[in-house]
Amino acid sequence: MAQVFHRSSNLISKLSIVAIVILIGVLTYGLYQVEESAWYSNIGLTRQQPVPFSHRHHVGELGIDCRYCHTSVEKSAFAGLPPTETCMSCHSQIWTNAEMLEPVRASYRDNVSISWLRVNELPQFVYFDHSIHVRMGVGCTTCHGPIASMPLTYRFGTEYMSWCIDCHRQPAKNLRPRSEVFNPYYQQPSAVHPVTYNGVSYTDQLTMGRQLMKDYKVASLQDCDTCHR
Amino acid sequence: MSSDPKAMNPESRNPTGSDAVVRPASANAPREWRGIEEFKNQPEFLAAREGEFKDSDLPNAPGRLLSSGVNAIPNSEQTARPRPWEAWLRHADLREQLSETQNFVQLAPTGSAKPPKEGKDGIDRRDLLKIMAATAATAGLSACTILPDEHIVPYVRQPEDIIPGKPLFYATSMTQQGVATGLLVESHMGRPTKIEGNPEHPGSLGGTDVFLQASVLGVYDPARSQTVLYNGNISSWEQFVAQMRDQKAGLAQSGAGLYLLTETISSPSFSAQIQKLMKQFPKAKWHQYEPCHRDSAFEGARLAFGKPVNTVYRFDQANVIVSLDSDFLVSGPGHVRHARDFSSRRSIDGTKQNLNRLYTAETMPTSTGAMADHRLRMRASEVEAFARGLAAAIGIALPGGTGSQSAVPHETVQAIARDLTRNRGASLVIAGEQQPPIVHALAHAMNEALQNVGKTLYYTQPLETNPVNQTESLRDLVNDLNAGKVTLLVILSGNPVYNAPVDFNFASALMKAPLRVYSGLYRNETAELCNWHIPAAHYLESWGDAPAYDGTIGIQQPLIAPLYGGHSDYEVIATLTGDDGVSTHDIVKGYWQAQGVSKGQNFEDFWQVTLHDGVLANTALPQAAAPLQRDFLQQPPAASHVQANEFEMTFRADPTIFDGRWANNFWLQEIPKPITRITWDNAVMMSPATAGKNNLNHGDYVTLRYGGREVSGGVFLAIGHADNAITVHLGYGRQRMYTPYIQVGPGGDMGKDAELGPVYGFNAYALRTSTAPWIADGPVQIANTGKKYTFATVQYQYLIDNKGVESDDESVNAFRRELVQVATLDEFRRDPNFAQVPETTEHKSLSLYQNYNYGTGYAWGLSVDLNKCVGCNACVVACVSENNIATVGKDEVDRGRAMHWIRIDTYFHGGLETPEMYFEPLPCMQCENAPCEYVCPVGATTHSSEGLNDMTYNRCVGTRYCSNNCPYKVRRFNFFLFSDYTTPSLYGVRNPNVTVRSRGVMEKCTYCVQRINAAKIRSAEEDRTIRDLEIQTACQQACPAGAIMFGNINDKKSHIARWKAQPRNYTLLADLNTRPRTTYLARVRNPNPEIAG
Repeated sequence: MAQVFHRSSNLISKLSIVAIVILIGVLTYGLYQVEESAWYSNIGLTRQQPVPFSHRHHVGELGIDCRYCHTSVEKSAFAGLPPTETCMSCHSQIWTNAEMLEPVRASYRDNVSISWLRVNELPQFVYFDHSIHVRMGVGCTTCHGPIASMPLTYRFGTEYMSWCIDCHRQPAKNLRPRSEVFNPYYQQPSAVHPVTYNGVSYTDQLTMGRQLMKDYKVASLQDCDTCHR
Repeated sequence: MSSDPKAMNPESRNPTGSDAVVRPASANAPREWRGIEEFKNQPEFLAAREGEFKDSDLPNAPGRLLSSGVNAIPNSEQTARPRPWEAWLRHADLREQLSETQNFVQLAPTGSAKPPKEGKDGIDRRDLLKIMAATAATAGLSACTILPDEHIVPYVRQPEDIIPGKPLFYATSMTQQGVATGLLVESHMGRPTKIEGNPEHPGSLGGTDVFLQASVLGVYDPARSQTVLYNGNISSWEQFVAQMRDQKAGLAQSGAGLYLLTETISSPSFSAQIQKLMKQFPKAKWHQYEPCHRDSAFEGARLAFGKPVNTVYRFDQANVIVSLDSDFLVSGPGHVRHARDFSSRRSIDGTKQNLNRLYTAETMPTSTGAMADHRLRMRASEVEAFARGLAAAIGIALPGGTGSQSAVPHETVQAIARDLTRNRGASLVIAGEQQPPIVHALAHAMNEALQNVGKTLYYTQPLETNPVNQTESLRDLVNDLNAGKVTLLVILSGNPVYNAPVDFNFASALMKAPLRVYSGLYRNETAELCNWHIPAAHYLESWGDAPAYDGTIGIQQPLIAPLYGGHSDYEVIATLTGDDGVSTHDIVKGYWQAQGVSKGQNFEDFWQVTLHDGVLANTALPQAAAPLQRDFLQQPPAASHVQANEFEMTFRADPTIFDGRWANNFWLQEIPKPITRITWDNAVMMSPATAGKNNLNHGDYVTLRYGGREVSGGVFLAIGHADNAITVHLGYGRQRMYTPYIQVGPGGDMGKDAELGPVYGFNAYALRTSTAPWIADGPVQIANTGKKYTFATVQYQYLIDNKGVESDDESVNAFRRELVQVATLDEFRRDPNFAQVPETTEHKSLSLYQNYNYGTGYAWGLSVDLNKCVGCNACVVACVSENNIATVGKDEVDRGRAMHWIRIDTYFHGGLETPEMYFEPLPCMQCENAPCEYVCPVGATTHSSEGLNDMTYNRCVGTRYCSNNCPYKVRRFNFFLFSDYTTPSLYGVRNPNVTVRSRGVMEKCTYCVQRINAAKIRSAEEDRTIRDLEIQTACQQACPAGAIMFGNINDKKSHIARWKAQPRNYTLLADLNTRPRTTYLARVRNPNPEIAG
């Protein structure tokens, strides 16, 4: 019986095996990239807010401390969003007629809350607590990014579980002295920018991080119930 | 695997799927599927798979074909150490015994949990496979979600105290039958979510009961009245106020024709307001009525002392307690405190003990009866004769005669009397509300003779500001209604149209009043017959005050503004007194300011402290002298109305929905009632022997005829019930159940069954008359309708099996597996380590898996003291409230799908007549070698470094392997979307710190891990470790008896470590080497050695 396939079929079949392997690899990589992309994870995406509030202006240019508005960040799971009253503590004096601030004045006048769109959002089965992270030396900008230079606030990290657990596995990579937690311009220690903690000048994050873990009694919590209840 | 091969062959039954091929069912036709049944007789098949199957896999398999492995499992019957209580109730034996002598077919609930029924319309195997394939194909897509947009809505002006994300606790009080219990209510951003007891309130000391726990749900009940109605049409409060003003003008100067009907009123400030009304209208009348009144105690005190008194019991002082049909641990004034005091005398520290002894005479088995060392079973009408016999035996002269009592042997009565007289000044006799006044008077006389007054109990003036015989009070009102004297009737709460004595014909009398006003939480039967219906404010929505069982005033502080625009009773009365516009807060505060309670202190400061503490300091009522008047001893014993072989009927308040007022509370409907463990129903309770004698079986739908009236209900065989007697519980069979929520629950149809009528119980009020409110004064005829009634009882669900060999009988297994460890005090003295089982300690270190190292950090453990647990269910409701546990409805409970994370397993020992009864609260065991964890294919249940078996809901894909592998049967699966995602008002009651579980997710107890984490964060921020007792699990905190302890077992000085070091400490199913973190302290009974048996 004559051969059905030409000899060259051998090559094609071998190549197709290689191609399938490559294809699976490419697809996997592609899906991973899609998942990590800003399109899917909303990184870098600014949202339409009732008032175009600028952190760059308030934090970067005016130097207002985080806690002036986010009052419960050291006490509660929720960092707190300022009541209209807080906005009006300044804006009843300055920019009192600015068009942009009309929703704020309306809120104060009519006693109706401003409804902000969430930028940093975790699923409802995740229980994140700001106060303990701040207490343990996790800085605001570690998760929220260069807030002092954000004209409109956007999401800095993917906020996936992998993003959380990376730090939980190795907290030393990200800890900073408590005094620096609310410093929006803080930079990790390096040879160029050493960080002084407890009278010691550190040039290496891991060395300082390990020391901070010891001093602040930071544990690497990876039990499921740490976040899921 | 099914034992019936036919069931596996789709052709042998009618195909239900449209595509099923119908072929002639001949033996030769090729079949689509061959089950193991078909192979079981083929030797070559078995030989090839030797040892692969167990006996149970192969139905009727010849044993010789199965080799090693199967018989290697030791027979626990042979290896079990002989125990002193070998006679554990074995239903199988008893069934045999009963069916021989009496025509008794089936004992108690169905034998075992029903297998889950097929889907609603039945589903074919092929369809199932299709759906499964489609599900599998699309399952992955469900993970591809982008989070929906979420909004943050901050305050405009933030209240000073509120820190978003942190709960606040407010002290308040809830009043039940005029007696307040102090509470601390958790509030999240202004929403009350959880009730706890107020440790500073004498009526609570931190404990709660089921009603207190569940009351928070009532705030959010979507079925509550939400608008003012006039003749059924929507109206407004302003129009109501206007009409009241007109009415007032129209009333005669004296107020004749103005009638007020309230429930029991003990609030000083509200009474003052009513008095003000009465002063304005001297001829106005005030009546009080609630169906579960305390008339017997009222009349009993009048017999004994010539005046009503309030009796304050101090169970912690009593060595010997005799309960004359009183369920004092879970009902009546001060029952939360009673449970705490009583259990304080049941604690054993090491071998140090000072146990009390409880004798109970009762008809229906109750929680108190289960705690009794001697439970004397008798018909309710026989209690009087028993009380007389006991009184005579302790030396009280009874000129009226002692009567003849046959329920208790003479020697037993003498022995109890000796026990009491040995403990003069340290004994206590308490009569139950179902008993006639003479029994209460006899109890008073006995306490006096035993010199207990001032020691184990004392008298004060009544808690009610105007104590009345409520039945007579309502009778007067009905007479005046019928005589046409009433022009304006204002009814504040209650539901007399539904629950007034049936001989009053209250509904027709009510209609004779020209204007009827009803203020209540629900648009119930009474509201429908009234012109005006005012939605009442819930107690968490309005101000108030009420005395505790000892008179200490608790302030009722609102947690939330009226959610549905409700109005407090104060406001309704204020429309008549002309104070409308004065807020309830000002009325209450103004009253106490006028009383001068601050004693010279700045009142504002004093008031702040009072609100913070929840109690007005030093307001407990002083002891009042109550000299005994002995005239009543002349009374001859009451003649029996019911022959010995006839049925005597007793009415009781329902253990979970009380007099019907909680009928709309689905948390309470779904918790299994103590002992019987029925949900969603009441029943005709009778003893198995009585049922057998009368040819009745469990579940028979029978008609009760009594006094020319009849109702129909299902028969429930209550083990331990008195013979020739039935008990019916009040509160069910509502004509108006405004329960839209329950109706939409999966499988829950609140409507009527075509054949049976209402499917949720029957209305026992339809038989209850004013002359015999508790014990029927004539025989009840019972006629079997031949129909069957389905009860959803959980007694035979979640059995802890005997090494996989299913037995129908949990009690049999309990014995074999030593689930309940019991000894008498004598046995305990001889061998304090009786609960330790030697053979189970041997293989402690054996495990296939590497041991966890819990280091020096936290290791959470929980312990339950079976000596203290009174089986009241408060922990179950607390758990539901804390952990957002879904309600599933009667039908799903019947299928074994109730979601409770902690259950009160109930065991019986020693015959059907007067078995010993044991409660065993069973949360997740948090095994160190957890069988559930190994089998999860997706890592949804994992071990925490602190020893918890974590459950990650968002990972769970619903294989249910974990539940299959759990020997304690503590995991619960969401077969449907049981959590209510659609009723907005119910969002409010949820604990924001616990995930609301969706369909297809397994859930279980994790020792309130949200509380653990909150404490860990708090302590870390304060740079310290968690203190002992800092974390209380919800069940522990709710327990009125203090039967549950939780803490860090690594801390050897902690309470929990001390509990676990007790010799009584034991583990459930220790032979499985699961090493549970939940352990139990064995029960020690204290029977009177003089009484045999």
